[in-house]
Amino acid sequence: MGDKHIDELSGVETTGHEWDGITELNNPMPRWWLWTFYATVVWALAYTIAYPAWPMISSATTGVLGYSSRADVKNELAAAEQAKSAYVQAVKAKSVGEILADDKLRQFATAAGSAAFKVNCIQCHASGAQGSPGFPNLNDDEWLWGGSIDQIYKTIGHGVRFDGDENTHASEMPAFADILEPKQITEVAAYVASLSGTADTPELVPGGAKVFADNCAACHGDNAKGNKELGAPDLSDAIALYASGQAAIASQVRHPKHGVMPAWGARLGDVNVKELAIFVHSLGGGE
Amino acid sequence: MKYGNEIVLLALAAFAALLGAAFAQDSQFGAHMWVLFFALAGGATVLLRTGNYAPAAAAPADSSPYMDGPIRYGVIATVFWGVTGFLVGVVVAAQLAFPDLNIEPWLNFGRLRPLHTSAVVFAFGGNALIATSFYVVQRTSRARLFGGNLAWYVFWGYQLFIVMAATGYLLGITQSREYAEPEWYVDIFLTIVWVAYLAVFLGTILNRKEPHIYVANWFYLAFIITIAMLHVVNNLAVPASFLGSKSYSLFSGVQDALTQWWYGHNAVGFFLTAGFLGMMYYFVPKQVERPVYSYRLSIIHFWSLIFLYIWAGPHHLHYTALPDWAQTLGMVFSIMLWMPSWGGMINGLMTLSGAWDKIRTDPIVRMMVLAIAFYGMSTFEGPMMSIKAVNSLSHYTEWTIGHVHSGALGWNGMITFGAIYFLVPRLWGRERLYSLRLVTWHFWLATLGIVVYAAVMWVAGISQGLMWREYDEQGFLVYSFAESVAAMAPYYVVRTIGGLMYLAGALVMAWNVYMTIRGHQRQEEPMPTSAPALQPAQ
Repeated sequence: MGDKHIDELSGVETTGHEWDGITELNNPMPRWWLWTFYATVVWALAYTIAYPAWPMISSATTGVLGYSSRADVKNELAAAEQAKSAYVQAVKAKSVGEILADDKLRQFATAAGSAAFKVNCIQCHASGAQGSPGFPNLNDDEWLWGGSIDQIYKTIGHGVRFDGDENTHASEMPAFADILEPKQITEVAAYVASLSGTADTPELVPGGAKVFADNCAACHGDNAKGNKELGAPDLSDAIALYASGQAAIASQVRHPKHGVMPAWGARLGDVNVKELAIFVHSLGGGE
Repeated sequence: MKYGNEIVLLALAAFAALLGAAFAQDSQFGAHMWVLFFALAGGATVLLRTGNYAPAAAAPADSSPYMDGPIRYGVIATVFWGVTGFLVGVVVAAQLAFPDLNIEPWLNFGRLRPLHTSAVVFAFGGNALIATSFYVVQRTSRARLFGGNLAWYVFWGYQLFIVMAATGYLLGITQSREYAEPEWYVDIFLTIVWVAYLAVFLGTILNRKEPHIYVANWFYLAFIITIAMLHVVNNLAVPASFLGSKSYSLFSGVQDALTQWWYGHNAVGFFLTAGFLGMMYYFVPKQVERPVYSYRLSIIHFWSLIFLYIWAGPHHLHYTALPDWAQTLGMVFSIMLWMPSWGGMINGLMTLSGAWDKIRTDPIVRMMVLAIAFYGMSTFEGPMMSIKAVNSLSHYTEWTIGHVHSGALGWNGMITFGAIYFLVPRLWGRERLYSLRLVTWHFWLATLGIVVYAAVMWVAGISQGLMWREYDEQGFLVYSFAESVAAMAPYYVVRTIGGLMYLAGALVMAWNVYMTIRGHQRQEEPMPTSAPALQPAQ
């Protein structure tokens, strides 16, 4: 310890070392700092006695409070289940039609379906159920597979063109590129476009009407209103699942896209599917 | 011939990179080896052209007591990587606000985000730490850097590591460990550079002509040694091929996660805390021209910080598969860490006692004081967020991002800027900085930027956390995740503006540093000076 000296401004002694002009005062540690430090150490020790903390040879100390985060979340989930159990039992026991008729139960199922929708459905059908290209809007009156509560319930439960479910909606439109002449496809696309707007080539519309009657009306109906038994969309309105316009229609006629929806019954269980059906039915288009 | 061995080694390494590119097992590794080849071949070419062909004995020896060349380069690299890192930060912030700005595949958020974090932490922060540690250890040991040109190897090796890491991210090469994304071959190279760094630093301390090791050097040494340990353990992995860019971690499952967060947390603890405390312990007393407040406090808070920090990592894994006992220990060690962290804040702030007026008269001191204030704030916020009840709200939200940035922008950024403003005139032999007024501009732009950023992220994070846990009276989830994402949009826009202000401040600094190095002095009104003379205490 070399030349200790008193710092003029503070009146405190230095430690006597100097590095590149830097000296250090010999101030004590602030008491509040030291005592707060001690307090955190004491608190930490107490906490480790109360809660699982110290690893031993084969397991860790469990703490005198017997806390376990797994047991905690299990209890919370059980309590939540318990609070809902009366309603859930009722949903389980009744048909979707009966649930719809029971005001209280319908409100519960709608709330439950809304929550399940946020987790499972919005990825394709979007937050507001407004859909996105290839995934139908669930708010409107246009239904591919039917908008009655029973039809919605079946569609959600068994899915669309879903391999793992034998009761799934399975029909598919053939690829007409292999069946029709290219000219016929252009004609029928012009005709379908003309039903809800204007065709790019109006002169082809009459020819298209004939192609439609011969090849398409079997599923989409004579007036192109569609057939919900077969999932054949209504072509007479301006709502398109993939895209509008003559070119998009022609492409769909040549090589149709076939959307798939999972069978949710197997994943979520019957109660959740009923709740989802009630919620989707409530969105505005329910029949 | 000067640099003869270096040129041969670089050329051989470039040839090896060429072989790596030729026999690469995957196209990413091949592209990465081409980058390495051009970097090494370029380096060899530059050395060849600047090489001195006179006999070795005739070359004039550097007779100055200290080796400042790598430090000058380091200061410039710090400014350059700082501006780059902040710029990429603004870009990724804008990408979150406006997703159309994601440009596939090289410039999407997933690749730019690690580029931003690594550029700021390792390129900006790392260069600042290496340069200042070389400066400080020489002055406080009164010894020249140990190992001759080894310090140059550390500097250029570290830059090569940065370039390889950054280009790797853009190519999509990552081992998906946060802050440790570079793959196995880059990790091995960094280990070699880091050991060289340790040798230079420790050798200089061993050669010291002072009887005691100054406190700043304890912190720097703790930083260098611990980072070496963290880096090696966390990156233990088996490469799928020695000519490929993919490796598999030695750990699996929750052990892997815990190793990663032991690393991640202590990268914050030893890189961003201990290392920068070393910086503070030298530059604050030098700039303020006052003695360090308390020697005893510095000892106690150093050892308690070093001992406690290393155990706090599990708090990053609250409410996960990590066993409860490990979560408890992570939390209580974080709480105990509060006062040891604040010891540095007290020692930094109280060093100003007797010179508080300098906050008004010296913008560099003002910058350092703000850095210490943000250090104090974020080392309080950190332990608070480690409490499980708080963490259950804050975890995975923007709050964490706000916390990290009040530490990184406020503490690491500001103390580094202070050190740069201190160093530049001294390293280039200038009488003063080009402009102190510009330092004030930088101070206010950066401060407002941080305040905007942190405040917005608090609001955003707490909203987000509350939305995720919102249940209605029947126990059903109220918001979908997508709705909580949509709710963030305005905050993301304002956050981008905060980042822009911080970037603007750094550009002002870059201009100021450039003009100072060029030897210019701006004619400007001097800063107000303290009016009354200081009076001795009773």
